[in-house]
Amino acid sequence: MPTLSLLAFLAVWQGLSVYLNSNTLPAPETVAKVFWQGCLTGQLPFHLGVTLLRLVVSFAIAMLLGCAIGIVLGRNKKLDAFFDNWLVIFLNVPALVTIILCYVWFGLIESAAILAVVINKLPNVIVTIREGTRTLDQDLLDMARCFHFSKRKTLVHVIWPQLHPFVMSATRSGLALIWKIILVVELLGRSNGMGYQLHLFFQLFDVAGILAYTIAFVTVIQLIELLILKPLDKKSQRWRR
Amino acid sequence: MTDIQINIHSKTYPAIEQAGHHTAIANLKLSLKSGEFICLVGPSGCGKTTLLNIIAGLDNDYEGEILVGLQHTHPKIGYIFQNPRLLPWRTVRENIELVLDSHQSPAIIDSLLEVMQLTHSQHVYPERLSLGMSRRVSIIRAFAVDPDVLLMDEPFVSLDAPTARQVRELLLKLWQERPHTVLFVTHDLREAIALADRLIFLSAAPMTVISEIIVPIPRTKRQNENAIEAFRQQLISDYPEIRRLL
Repeated sequence: MPTLSLLAFLAVWQGLSVYLNSNTLPAPETVAKVFWQGCLTGQLPFHLGVTLLRLVVSFAIAMLLGCAIGIVLGRNKKLDAFFDNWLVIFLNVPALVTIILCYVWFGLIESAAILAVVINKLPNVIVTIREGTRTLDQDLLDMARCFHFSKRKTLVHVIWPQLHPFVMSATRSGLALIWKIILVVELLGRSNGMGYQLHLFFQLFDVAGILAYTIAFVTVIQLIELLILKPLDKKSQRWRR
Repeated sequence: MTDIQINIHSKTYPAIEQAGHHTAIANLKLSLKSGEFICLVGPSGCGKTTLLNIIAGLDNDYEGEILVGLQHTHPKIGYIFQNPRLLPWRTVRENIELVLDSHQSPAIIDSLLEVMQLTHSQHVYPERLSLGMSRRVSIIRAFAVDPDVLLMDEPFVSLDAPTARQVRELLLKLWQERPHTVLFVTHDLREAIALADRLIFLSAAPMTVISEIIVPIPRTKRQNENAIEAFRQQLISDYPEIRRLL
């Protein structure tokens, strides 16, 4: 079934490109050629790698910080009431504004690019994890207290397993969000990576190049889902009936 | 060993929206001798669980004090909750291992699992257990910490009669092997008579002590249903206020 729907998608694409016969919609075959060319010269893997590296670094920072802050806010009503407005503000600042401000304040450097992505993603993680922390089972927390679990033990064995679904949801939405933002960050202020390349293709009106890079990226994200997230889900669900 | 003096002037739950504030406990005085098996008997909803939570240190929002004998400022507490409260994402064995101190030998788990007949289920996740088995796991967990004070909140409710009897016997056996103070909450008078050294009758909320009665039946004769039933009848006829409670 998935193969069939994929073939249908390619057929529609092929049909449209033949019908329109325009430079702005190349046939799948042309895109495949450009893709292969890019792989052979090493250009495509290089830029893809650079972007993925930025994605991994900024994702890791945002998730770690977001989980920590989310848990603290979810467990502490006073802090939550104080910082709630801050969260709303950061949630609503447009991504483009944070990116521009980061570049203006810190210069066109790598750390400014990473910071811009982290700031965009962080509030989402905090809100999701905070929601999860609020739904923690008080009975189990009382049990842990009564049996004198250490802080670490409580976190690892009582709190974390309950937060897991929320962390996975933050991860999925986070990957989707970060990779869209990261391209804009690269387009505006970096001289490598997917965003930079796409910008170049745009100036040359090279649609085949744009599509080839898009396919490469979508494939990578799908692989992350299949090879990392799905098995993680499965492992953490094994206790369910 | 631990003598415990409980003196709670009042415990009040604040009003939430339509529900007005609720005084759960008022002027409750209790003293527990170390190694004693005490049954708290009272109508449901009278505040027995609240009392256990206060003794366990889970609820500090009350007026009064709990004085613990001089040697132990923090007695080790084993708590068997009304529902088993096992971590569903850890196996039976992991659930028990988690409460052990680092210096405790895991050998105690093996022997307790054996006694409670759960050795074969030790690597199973709790969701696959029947309620009776989960309860036995939570009993093992409370015993494994080698408690000074054991709190039990109607642990045999919703167990079928043969299982309840079996677990009750196991409980007594474990308690006699290593005496510690037990506070056992129940509203089943027969069960209370079968287990306790001393019965404490509690009123409906606001909860306070109505009477304390020492069970005169020797431990060796507790198996005898007739002796228990006779004492129960005697209690009910001697103390009309107890009949009203039950």
